[in-house]
Amino acid sequence: MTHLPGRGLTRLDSTLFGKGLRGLSIATTVTIATALALVFFYAPIDADQGFVQKIFYVHVPLAIVALIGFVVAAGFAVAHLRTRQVKFDHLSYVAIHMGIIFGVAVLLTGSIWAKASWGKWWVWDEPTLVSFLIVFLLYVTYYPLRYSIEDPERRARFSSVFAITAGAFVPINFIAVRLAEGFVHPRVLNTTAGDMPGEMRLTFLVSLAGIALLYVTLMKLELTAKHTRGQLKRLRRLLESEEAEVGPSGSPLASVPARPE
Amino acid sequence: MPALPLDEAGKYVAGAYGVFVTLILVYVAIMGARLQRMERELHALTELAERRRSRDRS
Repeated sequence: MTHLPGRGLTRLDSTLFGKGLRGLSIATTVTIATALALVFFYAPIDADQGFVQKIFYVHVPLAIVALIGFVVAAGFAVAHLRTRQVKFDHLSYVAIHMGIIFGVAVLLTGSIWAKASWGKWWVWDEPTLVSFLIVFLLYVTYYPLRYSIEDPERRARFSSVFAITAGAFVPINFIAVRLAEGFVHPRVLNTTAGDMPGEMRLTFLVSLAGIALLYVTLMKLELTAKHTRGQLKRLRRLLESEEAEVGPSGSPLASVPARPE
Repeated sequence: MPALPLDEAGKYVAGAYGVFVTLILVYVAIMGARLQRMERELHALTELAERRRSRDRS
């Protein structure tokens, strides 16, 4: 935390989350465009499932990235509890936020794939689907927990504890599903690196890279917006307090309602 | 269940990729709205700072 002398302005941190966002956005766009070209013009049509198998290249990378995002959020939460730096709480929150958005996409694309492959939108006796839904619902409870606590320091601490506990549940859940007996759901990354032909594996890996880059880009975008909003709020408070000292003169700020950070 | 014919499978594939693209677009639209709000607030703050500056000069 640094104090700017003579102005009474306190700056919590000088982190610029938007740094490198342009390059990252370009890399994401190029990788996703390449992945889409590979999916529809290069990867062979699956002999068993046919054209429907193309959903695999968006559904599975989304699921992998969402789950890794939850684990990464737990890592940031550990860093927050160790250092008490606010930026780690923000990083943990945004990683979970993005994981939930990606989780919605996983559930929707998975449902569509299930309908096309199995004739049903949802199959309750399939451990992979149900376990993902449980993880997703667990993380959805993060929002009410976080926003029910007003004190920012307590909120950050409690949110970090939640992120660590839930983050530990993700790999346990993954292992439990692997040990489950029902192997109806296709295994993608098994011990023999899957039975995919080379073209399919390459397409899958490029898609995974594209989705991972998208996750990082959106995370940076969200962090930049959150950080900018915080800075604006502080600037507004400072100007308002100085205005109050000088005397009211029809502040234009009155026309813009302050929003909670 | 046997593999679906291409015309029927195509609808499901388009649906899945459509969901993905729609979610991204909705997210971008929300971010756009937030950016607009921040721009308005920044504009108001700039106005206030400029007014104070002209008052300090006079």
